[in-house]
Parts: sequence; structure tokens; C-alpha cells
Amino acid sequence: MYNGGKILLGIFVFLALATYPFYNNIGKANARPEPSTDTPAIQKLAQKKCIEPEAFMKSEHMQLLNQWRDAAVRDGNRIYVAGDGQRYDISLQNTCMKCHSNKKEFCDSCHNYAGVSPYCWDCHLAPKEGK
Amino acid sequence: MGALFSFVVVILLILLAYVGVAAVGMQSFFGIVIPYVAVLVFLVGVVYRVIKWGKSPVPFAITTTGGQQKSLEWIKQAKLDNPSSSTGVVGRMALEILLFRSLFRNTKSELRDGRLAYGSGKWLWLAAMAFHWSFLIVLLRHVRLFETPVPSFVNLLESLDGFLQIGAPRLFLTGVILLLAVTYLLLRRFYVRQVRYISLAADYFPLFLIIAVASTGILMRYFFKVDIVSVKELTMGLVSFNPTVPAGVGAIFYVHVFLVSTLFAYFPFSKLMHAGGIYLSPTRNLANDSRAVRHVNPWDYPVKVHTYDEYEDEFREKMIKAGIPVEHYPAPSPEELEKEFGDKDAGVPAGKEE
Repeated sequence: MYNGGKILLGIFVFLALATYPFYNNIGKANARPEPSTDTPAIQKLAQKKCIEPEAFMKSEHMQLLNQWRDAAVRDGNRIYVAGDGQRYDISLQNTCMKCHSNKKEFCDSCHNYAGVSPYCWDCHLAPKEGK
Repeated sequence: MGALFSFVVVILLILLAYVGVAAVGMQSFFGIVIPYVAVLVFLVGVVYRVIKWGKSPVPFAITTTGGQQKSLEWIKQAKLDNPSSSTGVVGRMALEILLFRSLFRNTKSELRDGRLAYGSGKWLWLAAMAFHWSFLIVLLRHVRLFETPVPSFVNLLESLDGFLQIGAPRLFLTGVILLLAVTYLLLRRFYVRQVRYISLAADYFPLFLIIAVASTGILMRYFFKVDIVSVKELTMGLVSFNPTVPAGVGAIFYVHVFLVSTLFAYFPFSKLMHAGGIYLSPTRNLANDSRAVRHVNPWDYPVKVHTYDEYEDEFREKMIKAGIPVEHYPAPSPEELEKEFGDKDAGVPAGKEE
């Protein structure tokens, strides 16, 4: 091989970068986060359900929150009619976080795991949580 | 023809993964086996190709020059376009790899009033830059699925990429730019006649494949919504060699992974290897120092030669007998000397003596 030193160095750097996730994670246990719904407000509920079905909330909550933001802030509409006809107050702090008062164990557990950083809390006050 | 063939192949790949997962239920095959095989083929293939290139000799210093060569002190040298030192070469390579400097010199030619006219063609450079840089950022963003906790540079990239805060999940600009740029690169092959003429299936296939990869990724993020936590559980299982197939991940994810795996496995054996090849381009990575340093062709084979001297040594006697002039006449033997000059030594003819 000609210029073997330089080429092998290049190959080494390539392999080191390309396989980094493998040798950095090998053998590590990776438990998926389980967002906790164990809060006093939820415990008090007779029927433990969110405003929409769980599957919908899981995949669409970010879009719903975005619609709520537009409805409340831009259109002044503070009433949300859920799929089952129930009416809810459009408010992150007073509706969502009333039940899900455990932001760290609920919101952040998945968001941190998946590297998602929503900008809700740029404007909203994050709930105060006892540590 | 090449375009249609490539398009059909990509569609078949999509259907294969979709049917395999949605109808047959081969989640572990498409989610675990295929990605592992693809990554292995990618790594081994790239190393194999680079080492094979490394074994090829460079017979001549064939650096491409694009400016004034190093000359007399008072003549300004174009140090990046005509480097004479390793530092200059590193600078030129960096510009080439990061900014596609030689593509910036791209020209287009057309007939104007019956005359061939050349002009600067920068669109290809712009689209190539947009495409490659977006692709790099998209690739780095995916690190979030392979590291726990997510490295801070990935979070930074995501916040920059989504800084327009359009919609939720936030719209990533690089995804859009990538798709637009690769679409331009495809349309260019359709509509520029000269380019269409030289385009083969091997040119169209990667483009369709990347379009499909980007489209499935965008569909998955903004429209079909796969469960990202389960996806990360799968990807983390792959990198920790503890693979699992979580339930409830949509088929679109497996289609995306299958297409990406195809891209990885196809990479080392295709034009995509220009990623590694650019480092080994003799026209780029050689310094233009051929007036200062002798470039020895490493390819010079130890040829068995028979020089004229050796030839004459072999045939001298025969040549002399045949009256052919030779370079070196044989030293005469004492007998011959005596025969030639002996009489002279004995005495000159009497008549001539004075």
C-alpha cells in the first residue's frame, strides 16, 4: 500500500466515528422510560382517562397543544370540545398540568429520552415540584 | 430507461418492507437482521474499497493546477489552487471537501446563434452544498436515537434546525432542504439534455433511494407519527447488541429503516464512495512540487533489460568479423601486438631510415 500510514489513519478515524454508538453502548441496559401518571389529582379521578384516548394523546399531543396555543392566544377561543363531546378549558397550566403535575416524571421522562425539547416552558411557568 | 428501472426498484423495496412487516410480520428481520447486515457490509465494504485504492500506485504527479505555480519570489503563488506544500494541500482538500471548490468552477455550455458559448453554472454547486450539508445534519440529528442521554450537540443542532418553530413536532429545515436539493439533482438529470444523455441507472438509483429515505422520514415525523420512545428502544437495542422489537411501531418505520439499510449496503459499491474517494484523488491531494521533488513511479516494474553495452559484449567478435563498427574494440593480445607492431620495433625498412 502506498501512503499506508495516512490511509490507515483515515480508515481508523472513519471506523472510530462510525462505530462509536456501538462500542459506547455495548452491554448497557436500556430501559425505556415509563411516564408516571401517579399524581394526587389523577388518583382522585373516578375514571382515569385523559381528554382524548391514550393512543391519540401519545402520538398527537404536540399537535393538540399547538392547536390549543393558536386557539387560545390567536383566536381567543378557550373551549376545547373533545371527541366524546366533553368540554375542556384550553389551558396548559390549568388543564393539562392540573392532573399531570409531575412534569419531571411525565413530560420530561420521554422528552429527555428522545432528545425532544419542546418550547412550552419558554412562556409558561413550569409547575413547582417538590424534590 | 435507467430512471424508470431505478424508480421501480425503489418502489419494490418499499413494498417489500411494507408487505414484510404489515402482512407477514417480519419485524425482527427488517428491524434487526437487515440493519446489522447493512452496517457490516457498509463498514467492511468502505474499508475494502479504500485499501484497494491505497494499493494503486500513482505513476505521475498529476496534481490539477488552478493558479500560479510557486515560482520566483516576486511572483505571487496561488497557494490554495496550486499548492507546493503539504499545508497547502490540506487547505485545498479542506476547501474541496467542505465547500466543493472545484464544483464551484462548474461551467455550462450552450449554442447561442450557432456558436458554442460557455458560462458559469453555479446551481449544481448550490444544490450539492445544500444536499450534502443537510444530509450531514440530518445524520447527526439521528444520533439522538443511538445515545442515552442525548449528547448536547444534538440538542443544539435540533434547536437550530427547528428554530422557525413551525408546527409541532417542530419543522426541521434540513429535512425540507434535503428533499428540495435532491429533487433538483434529479430534475437536472431529466431536463438538462447533456446530463440526461450520460445518466445511468447507477445515477438515478441513489437519487430515488435518498428521496424515498427522506420522504419516509418526513412522513414518519410529521404525518404518520411512530412512537419515538419505542423506536429508540429498538435502535438502542441494536447499538447495545441487545436487540428487541417493541410492539406498536408503525410499518413506515421499517420501510424507512429498510431503505436506509439498502443505502448503507449499496454505498461501498457505488458512486457514493466518492465520499472516501475524494481523499484519495491524486489530482487534489498531491502538491505541485514536481520541479522540486522527483516523483518516483512506484509502479516501475523491475524489467529485465539488455543494454547495448551488454549486447555488444555478447556479439563483439561477430560484429568485428562482419565489419560492423563497435564502440569498444577488444584489447589486442600480445601475439597480435607482436604481429602488428613487432616488425616496427625490430627495425624500419632500410631504405626509409635516414
